[in-house]
Amino acid sequence: MNKNKEQLLNKRYKAEKRFRLYGQSAIFMALLFLTIFIFKIFSTGYSAFQKTWLIVPVTFDAELMMLEQNPSKEDLKDADYYDIALKSMADLDPNANEDQENELKRMVSYFFEREIKRELLNDPSLIGKTKDVYLTASDDLDQVFKGNYPRDLPEDQRRVTDYQLKIFDQLVELGKVESKFNLSFFTYPDSREAELAGIASSFMGSIFSILVCLMIAFPVAVLAAIYLEEFAPKNRFTDFIEVNINNLAAVPSIVFGLLGLGILLAVFQLPRSTPLVGGITLSLMTLPTIIIACRASLKAVPPSIREAALAMGASKMQTTMHHTVPLSMPGTLSGTIIGLAQALGETAPLILIGMVAFVNTIPGSPLDPAASLPVQIYIWAESAERGFVEKVSACIMVLLGFLIIMNLFAQIIRHKFEKKWS
Amino acid sequence: MKKNGVKMIKINSKNVDVFYGKKQALFNINLDIQENQVTALIGPSGCGKSTFLRCLNRMNDVIDICRVKGQIIINDFDINDKSCDVVRLREKIGMVFQKPNPFPKTIYENISYGPTIHGMAQSKNEMDEIVETSLKKAALWEEVKDRLHEPGTGLSGGQQQRLCIARAISVKPEVILMDEPCSALDPIATAQIEELIDELKKDHTIIIVTHSMAQAARVSQNTGFFHLGELIEHGSTDKIFKNPENKKTQDYITGRFG
Repeated sequence: MNKNKEQLLNKRYKAEKRFRLYGQSAIFMALLFLTIFIFKIFSTGYSAFQKTWLIVPVTFDAELMMLEQNPSKEDLKDADYYDIALKSMADLDPNANEDQENELKRMVSYFFEREIKRELLNDPSLIGKTKDVYLTASDDLDQVFKGNYPRDLPEDQRRVTDYQLKIFDQLVELGKVESKFNLSFFTYPDSREAELAGIASSFMGSIFSILVCLMIAFPVAVLAAIYLEEFAPKNRFTDFIEVNINNLAAVPSIVFGLLGLGILLAVFQLPRSTPLVGGITLSLMTLPTIIIACRASLKAVPPSIREAALAMGASKMQTTMHHTVPLSMPGTLSGTIIGLAQALGETAPLILIGMVAFVNTIPGSPLDPAASLPVQIYIWAESAERGFVEKVSACIMVLLGFLIIMNLFAQIIRHKFEKKWS
Repeated sequence: MKKNGVKMIKINSKNVDVFYGKKQALFNINLDIQENQVTALIGPSGCGKSTFLRCLNRMNDVIDICRVKGQIIINDFDINDKSCDVVRLREKIGMVFQKPNPFPKTIYENISYGPTIHGMAQSKNEMDEIVETSLKKAALWEEVKDRLHEPGTGLSGGQQQRLCIARAISVKPEVILMDEPCSALDPIATAQIEELIDELKKDHTIIIVTHSMAQAARVSQNTGFFHLGELIEHGSTDKIFKNPENKKTQDYITGRFG
């Protein structure tokens, strides 16, 4: 009998030990996956924050630029920079033939003309002189310099020619290739050329979409939640509404995209590809999340507080507005932020309403066409150029950073402002 | 207060029935509450004494399925009548709950809330005065006068309950309903509250629900005994405790059941 008890006890201890082990290994697995994921993103993405520049001597030849004597600022703006840009690239190899000159030109981005122009506009006294100008290297050379490009492939399988590599290596040896922080990744809109592509347009698109989403979803959801929780009678009809709000929260996001496409674009003729439409579509998705969060935090307010206010002679409305709602706000706000964070990472509905279009301008309002960060990731991930691989990871980093900040903010609000009651 | 030897009746309830859905909780209650006296309602759990108390300021309205029948007449006015405004009613009839439930705001805001929503103070000074007199009446002033702007939830349980009493009297109610106000408190805090109740009956009519028969005997002048939703017996506390008419009352106060 006693021995039996001993065995039973041992069995229970062993079961507990096993259970702990399962739990620990589950956590270990989760951490492992997270680490692999983050390591992969960082190791491919960090190089996107560096950009390779070729330092090329440019002679600002007034004749080639078609400039008169003593040109005005306007003249400088209208001048022709293409020829001097072309010439400075060609001059990298004095013995180059016509084909090779073309190859030389392709060693820098097609912005080289603009970069040279900017230099002169900054300092008009450069006319007639020669100056070393930083020109954005083409994405392929950028990758070569970062060591991401397989140089040992046969030439016909590479996008950089042997000749370009030779000149590039000469420049590297002369110290005429430099790597600097890639500010343009944040300030340039999307581009077909990887070296010029930035996240400015999609970043602004995301911001505008989220703002539109917040402005629509928050008031509607909070009013709905307050009404349902505090004022509406509890009957079959309100039960039915509650079930459907929960259902709405479970609807796949692409369905909301179809709704946006069918109603907002087709019926109301709102402008395509804009953060306005994106925001409205996302707000449909965020609505149930906020309603559920708000109702939960209203429910969490102890009934004794409501009774206290009612017994003091406060009306239902006063009780709700003076006591219940302020007390539920921390929970509601953190729920809202989490809902917005979800919306921020949403891709499918935005693709359906056309925010996947190639946008190479930075939107100034919610009515301008724009992409959004997750859609930008999708667009770049589809691109063939090697230069976009690191951009995808870099964009993911920006998006993740954004999401982490938002979630942190939600946590802070929850902990800091949540009132403790006895 | 005695006028020509006759005690004034403050609340007069006639044939009060209460239903929760289909279940009847109170049966034909007829109880008169005397002015400026403490009336204790005693009885075993679930006997309906709290339900009756909540009828008096219509707090049962909050419960969807609750229906109240019969008349409750306060100042010649039936509070169950359609024309009765609950906001005005609850201004006149304050309530203190079982568990201290201060608003999670400052001590000052807890007291000033009632006067604010009823527009009882014209200026900051007047409000300060209301807060001070209310806290003094609730015997809390000395303890909190230096920290009026700290949260009321930071006080001890007994202090919180006195804060709730101060909050209730801030709007100068005629009647104060107390629903087991000491059940969450220790004996010292309980003694303080009981002393306070005795003091408050000068200006207010008090109805207190309690589980403690000793407390009922100590603080009340009149007692009503409830059992299974019926008012078994009521009368002066002396009589109920020393010489009850009904066998059930006798059994209950001697501790034979409940």
